Amino acid sequence: MLRWFLGGREAQSSVERSGVLSIGEEQPRNCFTELQVLKGHFDIVRFLVQIDDFRCASAGDDGLVLVWNIETGERLQELRGHAQQITAIIAFTCEASAHTALITASSDRSVSLWDPDSGNRVQTVSDLQSSVKCLLGLERLCLWVSGGEELCVWSKDFQLRCLHQKHGDSGVTALIELPKNHLAAAVDREIVIYRLTLSEDSDVSLTKIRCLSDHRDQIRALINVNDRLFASGSHAGELILWDAVDWNNLKYEHILWEESQPGAQSEIRMKAPRPSEMSIQHLTTNGQLILAAVGSGLYVYDLQSKSVAAYRKAAHDSNVLHTLLLSDSELMSCSEDGSVRIWEIQDLPLPAEPASAGFFGTWTFSRSHKQSAPQSKKVTDFPNTRKLELIGDLIGHSGAVQMFVSFGEDGLVTCSADHLLILWKDGERQSRLRSQALFQKLEENGGL
Amino acid sequence: MTVSGAAVSNAFPGNTTMIGSPDVVAFTREDEYGLASPDPSTLPEEFSVPLHPLADPNPWAKTSYAKFTKDFILISEFSEQVGPQPLLTIPDDPKVCGTFDLNYFSLRIMSVDYQASFVGHTPGSGYPRLSFVEDSRVVLGDSKEGAFAYVHHLTLYDLEARGFVRPFCMAYVAADEKKIMLQFQELSLRFSQASECLKAGNRRAFAKELQRKLQDLEYTHSVLQKEEGIQREAGPQSMYSAHAVEKANELANVEKSIYEHRDLLKQISSYHRRQRRDPYAVSCQKCVAECLSECEELLDKYAKLASPFSYSQKGLMGEGGDDGEGEEDGDNEDKPSYTPQLIKGKSAKCFDKRLKTLQELCDETFYEATVELLKETEKSFRGELCCLHTRRLDRALRRKHKVVNFLFEEDLDDHESEDEAGRLRPFCAVNHSIDNCVQLVPPHIVLATEAVDMSQAEHPGLVDVAFEASAAQELGAVESYLESSASDQTLETQESSEETKGSFSSDRSGVDQAEKRESSDPTPDQNTDMERESSSDDMETTAGEDEGETEEDRTPVSLLEVASELDACKEDECELVSEPPVPLDSTCCIAQEGFLYEASGPHAVSCREHVELPETLVVNQEPHALLPLQGDYTVGSLSSGSPAAGLELPVEIFGDAVSQTSAEDGSDCTMSASTGSDRAASPVGFGGMATLREKKKAAQSTLRFVRQYPFSMQALWCLLSGRTLVVLGADEGRVRRLVAALTLFVPAAGKCGERVQAWLSCPFTLTDLQRWKLIGLQRIASPVGSSMIHSLSRYSRYISILDVDQKTLRCPPYRGRLLANIADHRTFIRRGSTYLLHIQSTLCRLAAKAFLLAFTHHLHLPVSSTEGPEDVEARRRCFLQEQLGLDEEDSQILLHLGRLITQQYLQPPSTAAAPAFSFNYTTSVLYKI
Repeated sequence: MLRWFLGGREAQSSVERSGVLSIGEEQPRNCFTELQVLKGHFDIVRFLVQIDDFRCASAGDDGLVLVWNIETGERLQELRGHAQQITAIIAFTCEASAHTALITASSDRSVSLWDPDSGNRVQTVSDLQSSVKCLLGLERLCLWVSGGEELCVWSKDFQLRCLHQKHGDSGVTALIELPKNHLAAAVDREIVIYRLTLSEDSDVSLTKIRCLSDHRDQIRALINVNDRLFASGSHAGELILWDAVDWNNLKYEHILWEESQPGAQSEIRMKAPRPSEMSIQHLTTNGQLILAAVGSGLYVYDLQSKSVAAYRKAAHDSNVLHTLLLSDSELMSCSEDGSVRIWEIQDLPLPAEPASAGFFGTWTFSRSHKQSAPQSKKVTDFPNTRKLELIGDLIGHSGAVQMFVSFGEDGLVTCSADHLLILWKDGERQSRLRSQALFQKLEENGGL
Repeated sequence: MTVSGAAVSNAFPGNTTMIGSPDVVAFTREDEYGLASPDPSTLPEEFSVPLHPLADPNPWAKTSYAKFTKDFILISEFSEQVGPQPLLTIPDDPKVCGTFDLNYFSLRIMSVDYQASFVGHTPGSGYPRLSFVEDSRVVLGDSKEGAFAYVHHLTLYDLEARGFVRPFCMAYVAADEKKIMLQFQELSLRFSQASECLKAGNRRAFAKELQRKLQDLEYTHSVLQKEEGIQREAGPQSMYSAHAVEKANELANVEKSIYEHRDLLKQISSYHRRQRRDPYAVSCQKCVAECLSECEELLDKYAKLASPFSYSQKGLMGEGGDDGEGEEDGDNEDKPSYTPQLIKGKSAKCFDKRLKTLQELCDETFYEATVELLKETEKSFRGELCCLHTRRLDRALRRKHKVVNFLFEEDLDDHESEDEAGRLRPFCAVNHSIDNCVQLVPPHIVLATEAVDMSQAEHPGLVDVAFEASAAQELGAVESYLESSASDQTLETQESSEETKGSFSSDRSGVDQAEKRESSDPTPDQNTDMERESSSDDMETTAGEDEGETEEDRTPVSLLEVASELDACKEDECELVSEPPVPLDSTCCIAQEGFLYEASGPHAVSCREHVELPETLVVNQEPHALLPLQGDYTVGSLSSGSPAAGLELPVEIFGDAVSQTSAEDGSDCTMSASTGSDRAASPVGFGGMATLREKKKAAQSTLRFVRQYPFSMQALWCLLSGRTLVVLGADEGRVRRLVAALTLFVPAAGKCGERVQAWLSCPFTLTDLQRWKLIGLQRIASPVGSSMIHSLSRYSRYISILDVDQKTLRCPPYRGRLLANIADHRTFIRRGSTYLLHIQSTLCRLAAKAFLLAFTHHLHLPVSSTEGPEDVEARRRCFLQEQLGLDEEDSQILLHLGRLITQQYLQPPSTAAAPAFSFNYTTSVLYKI
C-alpha cells in the first residue's frame, strides 16, 4: 500500500500540532474588508447557488430557500414550500428559454421548481418514493436528473421521463454529466455509468453501461474535470482520475496523512489514521488543478504533471467542507471550525531547504489496467512541490461554514451552521462604487 | 422699564392724550425685497463686538418688577357683556401669576386689538357680513407691571354674539421684553397654530349652529305660512286685521332672516376658499376641506329654498322633506318652539343672555388640542433668553449641516426643523396625517430703529410687478383672491372714509405705520395720517407712496430679521427641490402694506380706545434693548464663512456665558430645565443622548477618562475610525458610565444611540458587532464568561478591548496628532460643559472635513480614462496627508466619516438590507497604564 506521508518542515508541523494555524490580524493581502450579515434562515444553511451575476440562493435545514441580492445584501425572495430540510438545490437554465430557475429537493420527498424573480413555485412533485439526494441539470437537453434511491430523468415541466430503480441502501449520492449523453452516478463505492438515449418521440431511456468499483470506500465527491477527465474521491482518501469517454482509471492516489516525527512522539502517533481525517469531503477543479479537501487538510493535484502540487495537512482545525480555486495560485477553503481561509500556492523560498519531509506514494495505473489492484509502487519525493501559504482568513461565523460562493470581485457569500450568511466584500471597491453612486445622485439631484 | 417709559414720554412730549401704560412696541414686516444678499466684505455678525457694557450691569434687575414668577400664557376675551376678562392661564396655577392683576392686563391687551373687525350691513349687500379678519400680533409692554406680552388677537364666530364675532386674544406674558422680541417669530408661529386650531373648530361649530338656526327658521316659516293660510281662508275681512298684518310682518321677517342666514352660510364657506394673507396662518388642509364640504352640503340643502314664494309651497311639504334630509332631525323636532323674535335678538343687547364659553365656541376636541398646544408652547419657551437663544443658534447652525448632522449631532426634531425650514406644518387637532405642508414665507420682522440706508435697487422689477399686481387686484372684484380684510376695507371705504381716522388695525400695516411714526417726528406723522385718510379712496397711490417710504424703513437689523434671512438663505441653498416662495404672495403683502385698514364701524366690538390710538401711539423702544439685538444674538449668514468657523465662534461666546451660570458639576440649571422639557417629547432610547444635561455629564466623565487613562486617545481613535470598542468590566455602573462618556465619540450613534450597547452580559456575535460600535460587556467568571472571552478573542480583529478592571486597552497602534487636542490627559479644562463644547467643535470640524472628502469628486473617481484606481488612491492619500495634514491613522478617521456620509447620503432611510460593516486587518497592541 502506497502512502503519503505528509509532514512538512519542522516549524510548520509544530504549528500544525498545536492546532492553531494563525496568521494574525495583519493581512495585507486579504481584500475582504467589508462584511454584511444576511439573516433569514432559522437552521443550518447548507447550500448556496449562484443564480446570475448578482443573485444567489441559499437553502438549508429549515426548508427555506432565500434569494439574495449580493450587491446590496437585500433579501429578494423567500421561497417557502418545503416542509423539511433541503437536500439538494441547483440553478437550472434550460437552453431553450434562457431563464434561470431553481430546482430544490427536500427530505419531505418533494422536488420543486421555483422562479427566483417572482418567488413562485412553478412546479412541484411530491410523494416521491424516496427523498432526492442530488440533482443534475442537463441544460442542453432541457432535462434534469434526480438521484436518490432511484434515478429519475425529468423534463423541464416536471414530467417523469425515465425511472431507474433501487440503487442499494445508500442510493445515488452524486451525479455528473459525461460527454455523449452519459451520466456518472456515485452509488456507495461504485461509479455507475449510464447512457441516456433520446428517441425521436422525445422518449428518454437510461441504460446502465458500466460499473466502476475501484474505490474501497464510499464515494464522497464526484466532479467533472474537463471534457476528457472526471475525478472521484472516497471516504478513505482515495482520489481517482477517470477518463470521461472510456471510463478508464487513469490515476489512483491514496492520500493518507501521517506524521513523520522522529523519536518517541512518532511512536505514539503511529497509529492508523481515523477515516475522517482522510475522507475526501470535497473536490474542485479549474481544469489544471484539482483541489481536494481531505479531512482537515488541503491537497492540490496538478493534472499536467500528474503529481501533487501542494498540500497542507492541517489547513483547518477541523474538517474542510468546501473549497474553491480562485486562480492558478490562490484557493479558498472553509471548514467546520467556522473559518474561511485563503491560501496561496507558493514556491518554496529556498531551494536548499528540504522540499518536503513527507513522503508520498502513488499508484499509477496504466490504461491497460483499468480495474483491480495497483500494479507498481514507487515512493517519490517531489522536490518541486510547492507549499500552501495562508494569506488571509475570514472570521465571522460561529458555526461550521458549510459552503461559499464567489462572485469574483463583487464578493463572496458564505453560509454556515449558525443560520447566517455573510457577504464578504472588497471594502475599497465598495467604497469606490458608493462614491460613484454618490456623485451620480448628486448630479441627478442637481446638488446637495 | 422706567427707562423705556421715560423714553416714550421724551420722544412725544406733546402727546397728552396718550394712554399711560401700554407701551406698544411696534413690529413691522419687512417686505421680501429688503433681503439684499449679504455683502461678502462685511464682517459676519458673529464676529462683531457685542455691545454688552452699554446695557445695564445687572441683567436681572429689570425682571424684578414683575409681579409674576414666570412666564405664562393668558387667554382673554373682550366680552360684550362685561368687557375684557381673563379666561384662563397656562400654566393654570395661581402661584404663577402671583399678585399680577390679570383683569387689568386683559384690559391692556384687549385694547390693542388691531384687527379689522368690521361688522354690519354693507350698503350693497343688505345682509350682515361676517368679518373675515386675519389675526393680529402685537407686542406690548406694561412698565408699571413689569410685564411684556406677545399678544395674538383672533376672532371667533358666534351666531348669538354682536356682529357674530367674539374677539379673543392669547398673550404670552413675560417679564423680559427682549425675550419676546427675539422670540417673536417663533411665538407668532406657535400662537398662529393655536389660533388656527381654535378657528378651525369654531368654523365647524358655527356652521352647525347656522344649520340649526336655519332649520328653526324654516320650521317657523312653515308654521307661520300655515297660520296665514288659515287666516286667508277665514275670509277677506280678517285679511287686514292687525293680527294678520302682524303675522305677515313676522313672515317677512322670517324670510329675511332665512336669507340672511343663508348668506352667512355662504360667507362662512367662502372663508375656506379664500387665500390667506397671513403667512403664518396655515391650517390643516384636510380639516379645511372637510369643513368646506360640510358647508357646501348645507348650502346645497338650503339653496333649494331659493325664493320665498316657491318656498311657500315647499315649506309645507318641505318640513317633511327636511326631516328626511336633515342631519339633526332630532333637533328639528325638539325646537319647534323657536319664534321669529329670535332673529331680533341679534340686534338687541341681551345682557341677560348667557354667552357661549370658549369650549362651546370651538369644538371640544379642538379646544383641548389648542390648550395642549399652548401648554407645549409655554414649556418650550421656559427659561432664560440666552439659553433659548443659544439653543436656537445651535439649531440654526445644525440646519446648515444637514448632510453631516447625523454624525455627531442628534437629529433636529422633525417638527421643529420643518417649522424653521420655512415650511409650516399645520397643527391639526384631529390628527390628520399631516402631509399638507405649506410653504412659509416668513414675514420679516423689523424692529423699528433708526433708518439705515439700504437700496432696493436690486429688485426694482419685482416691485413694479408687485405694484401692478396689487393694482390689478384692487381694481378686480371684491370676491377676488384678495383677502377679506382688504375686501372689507374696500367695501367700507365706499361707506365712509371719516371713520378711518383713528381706527388702526391689521397686523402689519398698522405696525408699519407705527414704525414710520417712530422714524419721523410727529408733525409729518400727521401728514401721513392725513394722506392715508385721503388715500383710502385711492389705494394704488397710497401703495406707491408707501413703497417709497418703506425703502428707508426696512433695514434695521434684528435677530429675527437675520434669522429669517438665514431661513431664506437656507431655502435658497438647501431647498432647491422645494418650490421657491410664491411671488404672488409677497406682492400681495406689499400691496397691502400701503393700505390703511379701518376698523370698528359703529357696530364694532373693539375697544373705544382705538379711536385715540393713532395720536397716542408711540413706538416704545427700550433703548438698550436695541443694542444686543444687533450683535451678539444674531447668527451671521454662514455662507460668508467656512462652516467650521461659523460654528465655533458662537459656541464659544455662548458656551462661556452658559458655563458661568452653570453649576459646578457641569449641569446647568436653567439650560437643562428648558432643554429637558423641550426634548422630553423626543424618544429617548436606552443609552441615547437625550438631553444636554446628560451630554454634559457624559462629557464630564469623558474628561475624567481622558485624565485617568494615558491611552484615551487611542480609545477615541478606535471609535472615530469605526472600530468597535468593547468596554469590559465587572462593575456595571462603571462600565455604563464609561460607555455613556464614550458615546459622544461614536459617529452616527443614531437617534436613540442605537449603535451603542451600554451593558451586555452574554457573549456577543458578529451581528452585534455589525450593529453596535460601542459595547459595554460584563466580565463574568463562569462558563458564560469563558465563552465570552472566546468570542472576544475570536472577533478580536474587529474590536478593540478596553479593560476597565485591569486598565488596559487592546487596539491597533495610533500615533496620530489629530486627537491629541481633545484627549490630552493634562488638559486644563475642568468642567464638563466646557469640555463638551470643546469636543463638539473638534468633532464638527472633523465632520466638515469628512464632508469635503466625501463630496470631492476627484478624490474618489478618476478624472480621466487613463487613470486607474491606484492614481485615485494616491491622490486621496495626498489630499489627506498634505492638504489636511493627517497621517495614516488620522486619515482613517476621515475615511470612516466620509464613508458614513456617503452611505447616509445614498441610503434611503429604510432599506431592507443590513448595513455593511467595514474593518481592516491590522495588528493590535496592548496599552497599559
